[in-house]
Amino acid sequence: MRDTSVTPLVQVAGLKMYFPVHSGLLRRHTGDVKAVDDVSFHIMPGETLGLVGESGCGKSTVGRALLRLYEPTAGRVIIDGEDIAKLSPEALRLKRPTMQMVFQDPQASLNPRMSLSAIIGEPLSEHTKLNPQDRQNRVYELMDQVGLNRRFANRFPHEFSGGQRQRIGIARALALNPKFIVCDEPIAALDVSIQAQVVNLLEDLQDQLGLTYLFISHDLSMVRHIADRVAVMYLGRIVELSPRDALYAQPLHPYAEALLSAVNEPDPDRAKTRTRILLKGDLPSPANPPKGCNFCTRCPKVFARCLSEKPILNEVMPGRHVACHLFDTSNSAAGSTGGSGANEHLQHGVTQ
Amino acid sequence: MAEGAAPVLDVRGLTTVFQTRQGEIHAVNSVSFSLMRGEVLGVVGESGSGKSVTMMSLVGLLPSPPAQIRGGEVLLGSRDILKISAQDLADVRGAKIGFVFQDPMTSLNPVFTVENQIMEPLIRHLGMTKPQARARVVELLELVGIPDAAKRAKSYPHQFSGGMRQRVMIAIALACNPDVLIADEPTTALDVTIQAQILELMKELRQKLGMAIIWITHDLGVIAGIADRVMVMYGGQVVEHAPVRDLFQNPQHPYTRALLGTIPKISGAREARLSVIEGQPPIMTAAPTACPFRARCFYAFAACDAQNPARRALDHAPLDQGHDVACHWTAPPRPEAGHA
Repeated sequence: MRDTSVTPLVQVAGLKMYFPVHSGLLRRHTGDVKAVDDVSFHIMPGETLGLVGESGCGKSTVGRALLRLYEPTAGRVIIDGEDIAKLSPEALRLKRPTMQMVFQDPQASLNPRMSLSAIIGEPLSEHTKLNPQDRQNRVYELMDQVGLNRRFANRFPHEFSGGQRQRIGIARALALNPKFIVCDEPIAALDVSIQAQVVNLLEDLQDQLGLTYLFISHDLSMVRHIADRVAVMYLGRIVELSPRDALYAQPLHPYAEALLSAVNEPDPDRAKTRTRILLKGDLPSPANPPKGCNFCTRCPKVFARCLSEKPILNEVMPGRHVACHLFDTSNSAAGSTGGSGANEHLQHGVTQ
Repeated sequence: MAEGAAPVLDVRGLTTVFQTRQGEIHAVNSVSFSLMRGEVLGVVGESGSGKSVTMMSLVGLLPSPPAQIRGGEVLLGSRDILKISAQDLADVRGAKIGFVFQDPMTSLNPVFTVENQIMEPLIRHLGMTKPQARARVVELLELVGIPDAAKRAKSYPHQFSGGMRQRVMIAIALACNPDVLIADEPTTALDVTIQAQILELMKELRQKLGMAIIWITHDLGVIAGIADRVMVMYGGQVVEHAPVRDLFQNPQHPYTRALLGTIPKISGAREARLSVIEGQPPIMTAAPTACPFRARCFYAFAACDAQNPARRALDHAPLDQGHDVACHWTAPPRPEAGHA
């Protein structure tokens, strides 16, 4: 996937999304919830980037800010050569067909008063000049593509199961032949046996149509299955961005390590033998993040520098980006605990 | 799990039917299981498989109508708690059987302090005085790992995070030292790192207090980590029951096998494609006369339409203790029952 001759389809640089906090009698602006704080990454055409993290880490906000469903506070979001963050409303409307979204809750994201063909056909009437006959044919085509029976075209969302509703949401996202789709927890609300159906469908569509995905999820096993590269977020920042196999074989950032170790494996023997890194406490509030590294309040490997200075996302080995002082080779005076530990860590990782 | 010991909870042929305007829904069909002291029984199934309804009906938490318990017995010790009065049953709930629900925010009362809510069962069931109960609350909060317990006891539920709220729920459930703790998806609403904390806490508490736990979940990963035995439910009935290791290494029911195939792995070889179970779980509108899984089953044959398979033992252990399966089809023996 690391072909330098191709330009990335999506390039995000320094994306910030702050939600202002107003308080007091005069509703003065007293602070910001830094939901997304200086996030940068790119996605190559045809690639799937997994975005993982716990609730409240800002992963969904990244997805929404990327499609400008929120107005980003700062940063550039270049999708297919245009900076989305700066487009005028009309230019943005014309850009919308390129980029679409599949939402988590198919129940809440489908209008209960619209029939299936009205839901899937709505983007077509908004953005194309198809006559009613062609439009209906395109709706049928989309229904075939996502595995919905054509007979259901006049039914309403409540008549469908969760998995089928998610298929409707996917068909709607596909209607305008997008290049890039943000999948925001598309399987979180579904039963296990149905999750696999939807994930397989997303993979098939990617093969057939050459789609590019940002796959947002808290399900680390499913992200391992579907993603090519994975970004791990914690409290508004990306802490590690690595190719999938390298990350799962050996996570570098202490948070990524703890997160992966917390995943429950469906294997009783392994469950008994492996060691779990238990993090103490809860996520700090994004309105009042710690002064140094955002993870310093829970990090098992914390040292002095972490409390005062925010680490930057650096490429520590080919393709692997980590934001952690343990891996900061530029400053070897970073405390003896960190320095030596990191070198050991790195040497292990090079074999990947 | 001492041999010959009497189970703390023994459920025989429990059957629950909902009467709705559209007709009857047979949510639980002749479910039997037993639970030994200190044991964790995992209950797995998709939504609508009847796992929660089974547990709700055995402690009389389902509103009736529409729910109606059509048969079976639930022996708690030597008493059939389906036959006792509502008043006596209320004494059993909380005192003998504790509950932890999925969503701690909706199961705690937002207008009372946490202390108030944990004191309630202590005063109601154990007849403690208020000062006694207050002291016990602090003990309980410490037991479930809430720091600064004496101060936090005066807080309201919204002042706690999700993981901490779930700890409060566990403290309430444990207040009267119940024999059985029913945990209905207690970690589903929590993040993975918090989920790991709660799982470790439950393992620790079970060792300390020796209560039996029924752990309802759809997450096979959680089951693998905590359960001793597992009961797989489908269409309101038990389709497979086995010690946890047997279930994962030698699953027999086509549903169990398919379910294990649908979850991606976090380590080892990465699967090229996930296997799927086509179709949807059934809605049981009548008492089953055929196998509920037959429409989605890869191996279904004539017998599956003709008769609902009964549970048959696969080893010499008594039914409900060893490995049994409700299926007409026999899985071919595995050449080597080792790691996949």
